[in-house]
Amino acid sequence: MANLVNLKIDGIDVSVEAGKTVLDAAKKLNIHIPTLCYHEDLCVAGNCRVCVVEQEGVKNLVASCAMPAQEGMVIHTNTHKVRNARKHIVELLLSEHNADCTKCYKNTKCELQSLATEMITGEHMFIDLVPDKNYTIDMQSPSIIKDDSKCIRCQRCVRTCTELQHVSALGVAYKGDHMKISTFFENSMYDVVCTNCGQCVNRCPTGALIERNYIDQVWDAIYDPNKHVVVQTAPAVRVALGEDLGFDVGERVTGKMVTALKRIGFDSVLDTDFTADLTIMEEGTELLTRLKKALVDKDPSVKLPMTTSCSPGWIKFIEHTFPEYLDNVSTCKSPQQMFGALAKTYYAQKRNLNPENIVSVSIMPCTAKKFEADRPEMRDSGYKDVDYVLTTRELAIMIKQAGLDFLSLPDNHFDRLMGDSTGAAVIFGATGGVMEAALRTAYELVTGREVPFDNLNITAVRGMEGVREAAVTIQNVKPEWSFLEGATLKTVVAHGLTNAKKVMQAVKDGKADWHFIEIMACPGGCLGGGGQPIPTTPEIRKKRAEAIYAEDEGMPIRKSHENPEIVQIYKEFLGEPLGHKSHELLHTHYHARKRV
Amino acid sequence: MPDKKLKRVDLIFSEECNCKDILAAGLKKSKDDIIKEILDSGLRGRGGAGFPTGLKWKFTSEQAEPEKYVVCNADEGEPGTFKDREILSRVPLKVFGGMAICGKAIGAKHGYLYLRGEYQFLRKDLDKALEQFHTAIKEIGFDFHIHILMGAGAYICGEESALFESMEGKRGEPRNKPPYPTIAGFRSKPTVINNVETLVYAFMITRIGAKKFMELGTADSRGSKVFSVSGDTPIAGIYELELGMSLADFVEEFGDGDTKAVQVGGASGFCVPRKKFKDTIIGFEGVPTGGSMMLFNSSRSMYNVLKNYVEFFEEESCGQCTPCRVGCQQLRKGIEAVKKGEKSAAYLDTLKKLADTMKITAKCGLGQSVANSFSSIVDNFKEEMIY
Repeated sequence: MANLVNLKIDGIDVSVEAGKTVLDAAKKLNIHIPTLCYHEDLCVAGNCRVCVVEQEGVKNLVASCAMPAQEGMVIHTNTHKVRNARKHIVELLLSEHNADCTKCYKNTKCELQSLATEMITGEHMFIDLVPDKNYTIDMQSPSIIKDDSKCIRCQRCVRTCTELQHVSALGVAYKGDHMKISTFFENSMYDVVCTNCGQCVNRCPTGALIERNYIDQVWDAIYDPNKHVVVQTAPAVRVALGEDLGFDVGERVTGKMVTALKRIGFDSVLDTDFTADLTIMEEGTELLTRLKKALVDKDPSVKLPMTTSCSPGWIKFIEHTFPEYLDNVSTCKSPQQMFGALAKTYYAQKRNLNPENIVSVSIMPCTAKKFEADRPEMRDSGYKDVDYVLTTRELAIMIKQAGLDFLSLPDNHFDRLMGDSTGAAVIFGATGGVMEAALRTAYELVTGREVPFDNLNITAVRGMEGVREAAVTIQNVKPEWSFLEGATLKTVVAHGLTNAKKVMQAVKDGKADWHFIEIMACPGGCLGGGGQPIPTTPEIRKKRAEAIYAEDEGMPIRKSHENPEIVQIYKEFLGEPLGHKSHELLHTHYHARKRV
Repeated sequence: MPDKKLKRVDLIFSEECNCKDILAAGLKKSKDDIIKEILDSGLRGRGGAGFPTGLKWKFTSEQAEPEKYVVCNADEGEPGTFKDREILSRVPLKVFGGMAICGKAIGAKHGYLYLRGEYQFLRKDLDKALEQFHTAIKEIGFDFHIHILMGAGAYICGEESALFESMEGKRGEPRNKPPYPTIAGFRSKPTVINNVETLVYAFMITRIGAKKFMELGTADSRGSKVFSVSGDTPIAGIYELELGMSLADFVEEFGDGDTKAVQVGGASGFCVPRKKFKDTIIGFEGVPTGGSMMLFNSSRSMYNVLKNYVEFFEEESCGQCTPCRVGCQQLRKGIEAVKKGEKSAAYLDTLKKLADTMKITAKCGLGQSVANSFSSIVDNFKEEMIY
């Protein structure tokens, strides 16, 4: 039993575990204390001071987010002194903030705006400081826009970038009235170690960090009669989109999403899950091939462990941070980019379309996907493989713009070709999902039997633990895989770049004997991606993950190699995994980047 | 009414210690005896805040954690304060001695002296003195090593938790408190952090005894203190004076005959106008000071004085907390607007309320103390702010 401390808040007795804060205790009593710099995922900063409360016997107000609950404390959250102080603080923040709300992308979704509404600030008490500030907007990144005029210096982004992601692209520069959130030597976000993961965007309370949106470009394409617009939707989108459109967290809205996309006017509504299955075929084969070359042929040029390559945040991270391990990264493109390359080749052929007239749009839980689509490596179809990437949030905006009542939309199915998927593909959206899907297929490929886990659920790789290891011993293999007889395949799963760094450091230090590593840049995997509905918390991510696994269980086919369209594409177009055509369209290499 | 008269004292500058003998005598005492002596003396921190030094040492000594530190705060940055510089150049061995005795009392093996960046010129002599000190302490057989770390010129790093951050190689930003340094200070280990002058007095107390020390000063403000006297005075300089005198006495001694106000305690202290000189005691029961005493005569514009202070804070705020970062900008812009007639005189009341909010909501002492000078100058020299 943990130590309890007893305190009194607004006259009500409450007990909390030692180590909890006054804010935690107030939450337990359903007493709302406004906060700005506080975020459940991050360490306590205590710098915005909005959450101040009065503690009896203490001269100054205390920041409830940073004050540990102590035995016998008497706290008041709603006194004249507290109210005046909070109002002053919000007024001060507004005086430094470009409050041109109607022009702001975060209008109505801004935490500062909500606070100002709550306080009824009205006529501003203080002098407007914005005209003297020389604020700048950094628009160079294809993923993220950083607008300093909206920044309230709460440092949520800095803490996200530093402690959650270990990237430290964002930091604090200067002091006093010049203090600002900046990058190394104030370079553009495009030119620094930023991985475009967008976790900062997920946690920015205002419009200072937002995704670069391509909504108008997509509408233009849809309205252009000469264009055939295909859209693909990533697995994690369907378990989160509802949050922005009136559903509870954790509601699956796959069918409604398909209907909405059709009603919006996309010519073909397809599924990234299809290429997730394809990724398993290619990546699974690649892993087995690497194992054979290493174990049987003793080829020293083959690099193990092999890591996944689906997460573009992870790719940019390794390019900057562990470039010497780039050969360990699977050569598979991400499902989004495989889809893009096929949309303008295979799909175009089958549909008898001129690829020049195809506009390929993807709906992603991710901001880094925007950068990925812009990479020079991603033009193997002869065109830009993916033209526009929209986040889950942008899709929600389009659905509202289209005048659709999402709650009442009927369900619909993805179009065919490249619309079929399996449960294995769906779980790509959760950390550990790629690993689980790969194991389901690779084990069966090698042994001819299903993975020896109850109902195909490989629970060892699931969950929200930052780094999770699992081992599978392979027995009674098919003759062609005899070299794997009795071998134990060692795997590890990491999510969030801080954990990615731990895993890679272990590899670098020679302390690891893994064969296969799954890394997702974002906490929870894609379901916690930088393009997902705001807010994000551990609880929200847990519910989205439950939805993903429920979706998997509900799928008639749950193994990638059994997807009929996958069988078809190998028969009609690709030949075999890692074959010539695959190499041309579905695989790539990445290059080292400097560390600034 | 103050019953103490101004009295010059010569306790800490008189002679540099023969480090070895004194240390040996001081270090012979048990840790409990040292702490008791410091507690009994009533010594309070000389940096300005006035926390009882003995308590700080006692709390730290009670921590079970084996690794502890003594930190000497030599980041002397308060406007109008220059006494630590003098102490460090004239009696550095006493400073090191105080650190060693504290180390003995709390069970620390390492001491750090965090030296203000602008005091680089003291470094050579300090290193020389430190070598002497290390030789002496080795001979005594006490395991204690002192390191000197340089600041980089930020006022905020004089705030103890920002100072630790700076020492750890991070951006000098104050931490949330609690935990206090006695539990989690430098490297999150129990740490005593004392001002240069406090450590010298602690050292002197182990030498002359608490009883002797207590003969000086008042019940709330024991002993003497080193003052940095500047401004409109014919005899600017460093003076060691008994605590508890009236400001009138002080002005009589140091003023130029036309003193209209004294800023006690630097930019973060209080401005006392002439009419209150007689009733103001210099000490913790009256107006406390870290040593800065700035005298202004009637030729000075108190608007300019205030503007200078606020600009100083505006620049020296670390910028992390809202009340301090934005509040300082608003105070500066606000008094400028009133002066120019863009805002009415009533706006000064809005600004005073803002200063009050800063006092109770800012994260650290910097933002909390801006109101001291702001409100005391605006209240006492309102006309000068407007016309």
